[in-house]
Amino acid sequence: MSPDLTLAAQSGQPAPAAPDLAPLAVRGLTVSYGETPAVFSVDASFAAGAMTAIVGPNGAGKSTLLKAALGVIPRLSGEVTIFGAPIDAARDRIAYVPQRASVDWDFPTTAIGVVLMGLYRKVGLIGRLTGAHRATALACLDRVGMAGFAERQIGQLSGGQQQRVFLARALAQEADLYLLDEPFAGVDAATEKAIIDVLKHLRDEGKSVACVHHDLATVRDYFDRVLFLNVRRVAEGPVETTFTAENLNAAYGGRLAATHIDELQLASA
Amino acid sequence: MESFLAALLLQAGYNAALVGIGAALLGFAAGAAGTFLFLRKRALVSDAVAHATLPGIGLAFIVLVALGGDGRNLIGLLAGSAVTAWIGLICVEWMARRTRLSEDAAIGAVLSVFFGIGIVLLTVIQTLGTGRQAGLEGFLLGSTAGMLFEDAVLIAIGGGFAVLATWLLRRPMTLVAFDPDYAAASGYDVRRIDIAIMALVMAVTVIGLKLVGLVLIVALLIIPPVTARFWTERAELVIWSAGALGAVSGYLGAAISASAPALPTGPIIVLVAAALFLFSLLFAPARGVAAALIGHRRFQVRVHRRQGLLALTREEPILEPYTLRLLTAEGLTRPDGVATEAGRAQAAKVARDEHRWEVARDIHQDAALTGRYDGLTPIEEVFTPDEIAEFDRRIGAPRAIEGPA
Amino acid sequence: MGAEFVQFSLTPILIGVLASVACALPGNFLVLRRQALIGDAISHVVLPGIVVAFLVTGTVAAMPMLIGAAGAAILAVILIEAIKRLGRIEPGAAMGVVFTALFAAGVLLLEQSDTSNVHLDVEHALMGNLESLVWLRAEGWHSLLDPVALAALPDELGRIAVVCAVVVALTALFWRWLKISTFDEGFARGLGLPTGAIGLGLVIAAAVAAVAAFDAVGSIIVIAMFICPPAAARLMTNRLEAQVAWSVLFAVLSAVLGYVFAGYGPLWFGAENAVSAAGMVATVSGAILALACLFGPHRRREGVGAVPGT
Repeated sequence: MSPDLTLAAQSGQPAPAAPDLAPLAVRGLTVSYGETPAVFSVDASFAAGAMTAIVGPNGAGKSTLLKAALGVIPRLSGEVTIFGAPIDAARDRIAYVPQRASVDWDFPTTAIGVVLMGLYRKVGLIGRLTGAHRATALACLDRVGMAGFAERQIGQLSGGQQQRVFLARALAQEADLYLLDEPFAGVDAATEKAIIDVLKHLRDEGKSVACVHHDLATVRDYFDRVLFLNVRRVAEGPVETTFTAENLNAAYGGRLAATHIDELQLASA
Repeated sequence: MESFLAALLLQAGYNAALVGIGAALLGFAAGAAGTFLFLRKRALVSDAVAHATLPGIGLAFIVLVALGGDGRNLIGLLAGSAVTAWIGLICVEWMARRTRLSEDAAIGAVLSVFFGIGIVLLTVIQTLGTGRQAGLEGFLLGSTAGMLFEDAVLIAIGGGFAVLATWLLRRPMTLVAFDPDYAAASGYDVRRIDIAIMALVMAVTVIGLKLVGLVLIVALLIIPPVTARFWTERAELVIWSAGALGAVSGYLGAAISASAPALPTGPIIVLVAAALFLFSLLFAPARGVAAALIGHRRFQVRVHRRQGLLALTREEPILEPYTLRLLTAEGLTRPDGVATEAGRAQAAKVARDEHRWEVARDIHQDAALTGRYDGLTPIEEVFTPDEIAEFDRRIGAPRAIEGPA
Repeated sequence: MGAEFVQFSLTPILIGVLASVACALPGNFLVLRRQALIGDAISHVVLPGIVVAFLVTGTVAAMPMLIGAAGAAILAVILIEAIKRLGRIEPGAAMGVVFTALFAAGVLLLEQSDTSNVHLDVEHALMGNLESLVWLRAEGWHSLLDPVALAALPDELGRIAVVCAVVVALTALFWRWLKISTFDEGFARGLGLPTGAIGLGLVIAAAVAAVAAFDAVGSIIVIAMFICPPAAARLMTNRLEAQVAWSVLFAVLSAVLGYVFAGYGPLWFGAENAVSAAGMVATVSGAILALACLFGPHRRREGVGAVPGT
């Protein structure tokens, strides 16, 4: 028998947890592909009215976390709530932007056709798509600077333009929580700026935004909060206090060169 | 049954014995050649090639008759089938490369359209003269009934050559199938080796037309490699075991068919291969259905137990009903979620390992090691006992082993 | 275009047209989903499906056959998925295993069972027999108004008409779901759409279309109906709505021209006998696809990473 039994000895009857009203809260979320966990027992709660970056090395389960939270892929265990409600009761409040590479851009449709897909939940299976809906879609394209490309076949757009179309589709959903999977991957500088402006505007309207993010150099400029993930949750909190060398090391192991870390204007630990 | 045994022991006549040997050789060549195709992820290209043989058979028959010969000359028909099969293959590649259509659409279009043209030609042949088309339908599903001695010899020799060619080309083809970029960098002409693979596939198809038929020959190219894949991860082994599985299917199928001449040969050979496949799908030790179900269940239990114990160490309530049921069933908690003596002991071990990991990740900022901090891998698997002792030293008191409880 | 046409050509042409359209509609989505060869697999497993249905019920009634074929298609899809996931096998190979094995089983069952009194044999299953679906009771165009003659229309016509109508209705009703889950499955699931059920429903609809078309054109030429008109249509336009319209046009053209060429073409060359209509329908659809590949305005891949079109 070991003396550190005392650790758990005094735990009495656990108190029931209060419902988490955060825009997105996960508890004990585990997802596995085969016999290795991609995400293990992650607890996370995204703050309302904030922009949160989900960062971690490749294969850390960042996209998996988003997809499993949305029910896009099945989870092995864990609970997910959206504004305190189960996911299926809150679908109308979420807009999801998948990775650009996950779809076939050779699909026969136009930019505005993609944006109109964001309205499908609202108009239902056979509800008529009216001129007002088209106007909404066009306005969303305008917000991402793509109004002039509405009738362009999506395969003819540049990577950055395709990403903007995806964002416009999410805007058309008029959600309260925006979940984006690597929105800045492989886009040009102008697009990156256009996207971040739109997202910050959403945040200023009181909406919540969470992005899977790769570029550590921009975390401080773009985001309010950061969640470090490497299969397990490493740290979560405001950028000012959480985006530290210590947490970076914990999440990335030895994968970040010390010189690189120096350039990241980190918070002092 | 008796006639089946006789056929199995090569006692059912000279022809049947030759067909049996030919089918085994063909099966071997098909399994091995199919492996390269399968590893190249182009298995169904062979389906287009196979169906594209039909117009060639029809055209060859018409040409042979027009030249005054017997339209049923097997060599002539097979030569014709090879020509249109090659044209079909070129069509697939051209459509996939030069238009926006994907390869699967190209395969489907070629196989159905060529087959349609072939059917049209067969009806043309029916009008050429009565009765002379007899036998061409046998190429659809294979038939050994009434097979000529020369045909049986041709199949046996053809099968032998296909096996020989597979053996000679096995190294470059394996290399290209696994890692075309590396093969190209090592000076192999990937394009020519790809053509060699397709030529081998075509040869197998053409040789197998009479025996298995063009609708199902693709099964001999696909099923054995897929079956073999369930048993081994090693390329060389996949090739030879796919060959062996194909040979067994061909031989058994031909023997069954010899004892029941009314049945088309192709479906029987395919069903023997499919039976071997089904067995592997269900019972293969690493990848079979049974193993996968058991493995997944075990994994789920491990995850939930671990998560439950982590909750206990953090003194948090166990929220998921399944986790609670599992821990209760194992005597680690009471039904109300409070840890039992045993539960607390295990939770303590979990807590200590979490501490050790914390220290380990601090000391070894090496991705390969700390990347295994996935919640399930026991720390003892990653670090040596003395390393762990060092972590414990850094954690300090309480020391785990010393002192009575 | 008199009585003889109504008697011998009208019903086969109608059946051919309805079958082509019923297959081309789901075919559009199968081609876009890179599942064209699911059409291949489905049309092969239709045979074991209807053979089992025949053995169980002892009749060739429409309903058991449709159910049998749909059941076989579902079984095939489940098996393909299982093989793909468990063995980590690429989809093409998984399909190849499943449909050849099921087809072989179907052929063997068929050869073993006594089907001499019903119209069910392997060659018919492979090649179809469109020409035999004639309307012998017709005496001319006026027979279209004659209830007695109408009652003697071939059963296949009613069956394929109903199936075609159902396929059209389902395509229209589920248009948005099909479009969005085909384009962006992850987003569709994020919206809470049952993408698995949509995919399976598409396959079942295709299977039902295949079994109804199977009577007329056989199992292999059904594949041409699934793939050729939609593939050619994709090369004509960059909008899904227009693509589907083109595919219906191409399907109708293939069926009508194919039948006419098969029936009258040989006469033009001085031959006396017609050739296989089903084979000719596939040939014409292939010719249309070839023309679209050579001259279709949107035949090349465009945009990012593609060579600029001419």
